[in-house]
Amino acid sequence: MSRPAPSAPAPATAGNSPAKRPTSGLVGARLPKWAPYGAAVVGWGIAVGLKLLLGWTGWYTTFFTGAVLFIAVLTAWSFSVEGRRRAKDRFASTLIYTSFVCAIVPLVLILGYIAVKGLPLFSPDFFLKSMIGVTSREEGGGIYAALVGTLIIVGIATVIALPIGIFTAIYLVEYGRGKFARTVTFFVDVMTGVPSIVAGLFVYTFLLLGFGMRPFGAAGAIALAILMVPVSVRASEEMLKLVPRDLREASYALGVPKWRTILKVVLPTAMSGLITASLLAVARVAGETAPLILLVGYTSRINYNPFDGDMATLPMMVWDQLGKRAGTTSSDLTEARAWGAALTLVLLVLILNVGARLIAKLFQPKAR
Amino acid sequence: MAEMTEHDPTRNERFEVSAMGVPGDLPIGNTEPDADDARSTGGRTPDGRKAEGGISGSSVRLGDRIFKGLAAGSGAILLVVMAAIAIFLIWKAIPAFTENSGNILTTQTWTPQAEPPFFGMAAVFFGTVMSSFIALVIGVPIAIGIALFISNYASRRAATTLGAMVDLLAAVPSLVFGMWGLYFLIPNTQGFQQWLSVYFGWIPIFNNQTATTAGQFGKSLLIAGIVLAIMIIPIVSAVCREVFLQVPRETTDAAWALGATKWEMIRTAVLPFGRAGIISAAMLGLGRALGETIAVALVLNSGFVINWHITEPGGDTFASTIALKFGESGSNPVAIAALIAAGLFLFVITLVVNSIARIVIARRKDFTA
Repeated sequence: MSRPAPSAPAPATAGNSPAKRPTSGLVGARLPKWAPYGAAVVGWGIAVGLKLLLGWTGWYTTFFTGAVLFIAVLTAWSFSVEGRRRAKDRFASTLIYTSFVCAIVPLVLILGYIAVKGLPLFSPDFFLKSMIGVTSREEGGGIYAALVGTLIIVGIATVIALPIGIFTAIYLVEYGRGKFARTVTFFVDVMTGVPSIVAGLFVYTFLLLGFGMRPFGAAGAIALAILMVPVSVRASEEMLKLVPRDLREASYALGVPKWRTILKVVLPTAMSGLITASLLAVARVAGETAPLILLVGYTSRINYNPFDGDMATLPMMVWDQLGKRAGTTSSDLTEARAWGAALTLVLLVLILNVGARLIAKLFQPKAR
Repeated sequence: MAEMTEHDPTRNERFEVSAMGVPGDLPIGNTEPDADDARSTGGRTPDGRKAEGGISGSSVRLGDRIFKGLAAGSGAILLVVMAAIAIFLIWKAIPAFTENSGNILTTQTWTPQAEPPFFGMAAVFFGTVMSSFIALVIGVPIAIGIALFISNYASRRAATTLGAMVDLLAAVPSLVFGMWGLYFLIPNTQGFQQWLSVYFGWIPIFNNQTATTAGQFGKSLLIAGIVLAIMIIPIVSAVCREVFLQVPRETTDAAWALGATKWEMIRTAVLPFGRAGIISAAMLGLGRALGETIAVALVLNSGFVINWHITEPGGDTFASTIALKFGESGSNPVAIAALIAAGLFLFVITLVVNSIARIVIARRKDFTA
């Protein structure tokens, strides 16, 4: 706060001619427009020099040192020309921009890396063959069994979780009041935070230990359903709240009972939103691995029956091919298959996500 | 708002009507007289209050009762599941407490299959808390920065797209984060870890006393923390973003009018308003980080000792231990019970963390409503 704020609005001429700005008495000295770029060049230049002088290994350290130097140079320059407040502003703004880059870089790196590693594997055989009889020293084999297993298990989980989730959301939005509704809301929120491995352990103690069963597909589906319900409730709730009150009132005014109003007016209006919410909930659990380790196991053969025996799933196939399941070491061949399966999994999840957003965008109710 | 003068007789009424239409003023059912139809037969509402009479015919009431029963029943299933999780985990973990020859809280080693079984949660607890703490230290400031960028720096159009991209990061399965961490991040950060150890080794936690060349750096709690940080950033920034977008326009305008720079506006108007939201977002992120299984299991080497040097290999978390030790536990009842006990500890910790986060959010809602 060292510099007093201008007491009158800047004259129009100051805004029109940028060249005049630094000389105006109302606006303090400013850095030229190219200042950030200049500072960037200086910062990374020093960093590269340091790397060559001190013999650092790796460009990442150099890159981060350069980033720190860039911020330091820009702030110091701004401080000497523009004063403390502007310097602080530049410092904070640069940090905020940097943090955004920090989020985008891993996303691009992860998606790019997995695409590079996984794409060479993609071939018709990879999608249409199972892993049966393929040892870790052989090429070939495919994800058919795992893909089928993932679709079956996620499908069962969806059938269990979505009705419960949507009905709970209807209860909270249309009927909810009092202690019971508040308790449900609170526990939906808390349940969102239940770690996936804990949900898996619960089903393990309940079904497998309690009834002495062997691992089977539907057990994994129940654990996934437990993870899916709170996500589905939360998202569906938001969608139902968006249905205008006027529509409900118009329906009541015509003498339609509440349950028919919900079925015939509220749900159709919110349908695209509910589909979006459901797809996002499915996408959230499709990639879960932890519960499947405990409940579904892994097999290289094709198993269409979710109620009998181990099933292959995409995450478990990755886990198996990396050698983590049996504690063996992975070879280049198994590692490549793991990347192929992981890429398929990511594509599956991304398709669900993008599809959900497209449906939301295409069919959104027109704004009032 | 310009046409609403103080003399406008309908102003208050109009304001109320528009306020009711705001999504989020739960529950919508509250203002509808028909909402009580379902209670007309003299039953009790799920919250235990005496039901009141309605005006509708009996055929209507039956449908309503069934429908409401279904809706409330679904809510009840949720509560039952939560209770069942707690009960079954406690029940099946009992052997871990009775058969254990070590102290469950202070023992570091994990040999539940030995005769007698000897294990404890100390090292596992340390690894869980340490990796989550690193994740918070790295992830929360970045997440706040992203939220500020989207809410205050980016144009409206760009903000939607960028927000969707960050949400996309949340959709990537944790297994993929783990693989990326193992095959990309670890080989590419060996130099960075060595640099930390060499130049900042005077801070004890960064000091690696075992490795001498860059190749000997690798799987460590620090890397687990970095991977977890990337994983919690989407949820933390999503919650922060929601809060920052709710900052009243008047407050920010007042800051601008006083001649504040953008940062001064953020510091004096946005951050104080969003403080509770930031805290609860961080707690939600902490809950995620504590329970993350596969990613951590892939990037950590099991060691079962408390090691404060975070660039050295070794470290375990509750979740990774369950996933990695499950295969070798076989049918040994004590070994299985030990893992269930670990799950119980994890469940309780995440439950407490998440509850605190939700209570903070709920209290903020009360204040601003």
